[in-house]
Amino acid sequence: MRVRLASLLALIGLCGPVLPLWAAPPAECLVGQQQTEHIFDLPNVARAITAKKLDVLVVGAGSSVLPGPNGANVAYPARLESALAEALPGVTVKVATDVAPRRTAADMVRTLPKVLAADKPALVIWQTGTVDAMQAVDPDQFSQSLDQGINIARNAGADVVLVNAQYSPRTESIIALGTYSENMRWVALQHEVPLFNRFRIMREWFDTGTFDFTNATNKLDIAARVHDCIGRLLAELVNEAGKPHVNGGN
Amino acid sequence: MATALAPVSTERDLRLDLFRGLALWLIFLDHIPSNAVSWITIRNYGFSDATEIFVFISGFTAAYVYGRAMRDYGFIVSAARMLRRSWQIYVAHVFLFAIYLAEIAYVVHSFDNPLYSEEMGVINFLKNPDVTILQALMLKFKPVNMDVLPLYIVLLLFFPPMLWLLLRAPSAALVASAALYTATWYFDWNLPAYPEGNWVFNPFAWQLLFVFGGWCALGGSQRLARWVESPVVRALAVVYLVFAFCIAMTWYFPTLAVYVPHRVGEAIYPIDKTNLDVLRILHFFALAVITVWMVPRNWSGLHSPLARPAIICGQHSLEIFCLGVFLSFAAHFVFTEVSNRILIQVVVSLAGIVVMSAAAALISWYRRIERRGPGPRPPAVTPGFAGGGAT
Repeated sequence: MRVRLASLLALIGLCGPVLPLWAAPPAECLVGQQQTEHIFDLPNVARAITAKKLDVLVVGAGSSVLPGPNGANVAYPARLESALAEALPGVTVKVATDVAPRRTAADMVRTLPKVLAADKPALVIWQTGTVDAMQAVDPDQFSQSLDQGINIARNAGADVVLVNAQYSPRTESIIALGTYSENMRWVALQHEVPLFNRFRIMREWFDTGTFDFTNATNKLDIAARVHDCIGRLLAELVNEAGKPHVNGGN
Repeated sequence: MATALAPVSTERDLRLDLFRGLALWLIFLDHIPSNAVSWITIRNYGFSDATEIFVFISGFTAAYVYGRAMRDYGFIVSAARMLRRSWQIYVAHVFLFAIYLAEIAYVVHSFDNPLYSEEMGVINFLKNPDVTILQALMLKFKPVNMDVLPLYIVLLLFFPPMLWLLLRAPSAALVASAALYTATWYFDWNLPAYPEGNWVFNPFAWQLLFVFGGWCALGGSQRLARWVESPVVRALAVVYLVFAFCIAMTWYFPTLAVYVPHRVGEAIYPIDKTNLDVLRILHFFALAVITVWMVPRNWSGLHSPLARPAIICGQHSLEIFCLGVFLSFAAHFVFTEVSNRILIQVVVSLAGIVVMSAAAALISWYRRIERRGPGPRPPAVTPGFAGGGAT
């Protein structure tokens, strides 16, 4: 814990000067840790923002959507869209989704070219890892799928942000995320792709008591608030990494 | 080479038991998900973790015990004992699998939350129990944290011929083991798993550490002593441990990752645990060099009451390992059902270690009273040919 506290203080110090001046997420969403593993620029997003039209595609599995008739509206892709629109006045923001449960990274790569051709996004937000861990896919194969997906998206003119598995305290001793998270972090670093560390953020919410993820419930209220926060923090990341002036030197 | 079996010591090296016991504690702590106490375990400060220690010492003690049997009673008797041990571990593994099934079924049926509809699909594998349970019995299904026992079963199963070779031509045995390790990396050999993928601990790769442990037990450590005690090797070990520590810090402080030159990153990642990455072996060797330096065989602390709990845990490693897996499930259950406050995490972790030590003490007590019973006493420890580390 002392180590984490030290890192928290160090990160607050480092991030202090770049805190966004625009509408900040509600206090409950705030995390001490930096939510991205590495900040890399998103040049295509920057160009899209300059052109006043930002198309985003969220590719994901079951944890990118919430159940029920209203599930899609309160899930994080929809929340991301409204947070981005709020943060980027004058820019037309559209977030499309290619989300279906029980899909491994390889499954998503297979359909990716078709979806990219249809949506032509400037940014692909790719949530994956959970299903691969549940099905115990060969970790090397998982890394290769990530490589392929990132290359396909980039060749189609889109930047990529990876989103890792969510923190699920109840199933932690049943689903071994470890290797998959590590491989994901390494692939992200290799390709200079930002990794939105959803696991670490949710873990912190849980540790600090912001959200309790162990309650058995079928109500959507907490889940909706969690997704709202994820959408807002993702928007913050996209806005930060895709700021035109950040890429001025390119 | 055939006479490399000079008896070198008359009593068991307590350091083996001590460090195997400590490794069992670390494995228990690491197996509790999101356990704050696991910050103290070595995997957070370098490349290797308690698994390397466990496998190396298991190879060492297997060669020590069964090597003596092979010398005194012949190949058949010794091989039969190894098979029996392997069977015992298999039964233990199946027992743990039953506990795992109970846990998974409980969690999925008692917990419903719209956030986790995906994760709850983990029960789906039980929709085909005919396949899943059979696959588990064939050691192909991979329940979380239960990968060490299948590895140990396979290693022991194939150890008799290797031990035979180790006793006759230790260097040739070591070369054969290294060749298998190299070929495994080259040809991507591994055992298949269900529903897909491969074994988490590739036995073709991990056998290297097991055989190396056996080689050390049968006189190798005397041959290595000159190297292990050289100041140059010790300095290299320290440098390597510091390097690994710095890299490990970038995993926890992502902002530090930018200081790792791209080329270094390309060279070291991914650090493959499944196939026992060379970086992990080197890290284990470096730790071993420093440990042998800091803790000599005749270290007085080995006989202190403080070291006693770890030593007795190390002496009953199979039972204590299985208990540890069960306790880590139980500890996680407490965290999610009762509280995950730091204080609770510390208390539960300590309680687990106390339970493991108490169980080990109980097993030792049983063994003692069984020996006292009627009938012939089992042979006491006879002067063996095991040596441990320096001197």
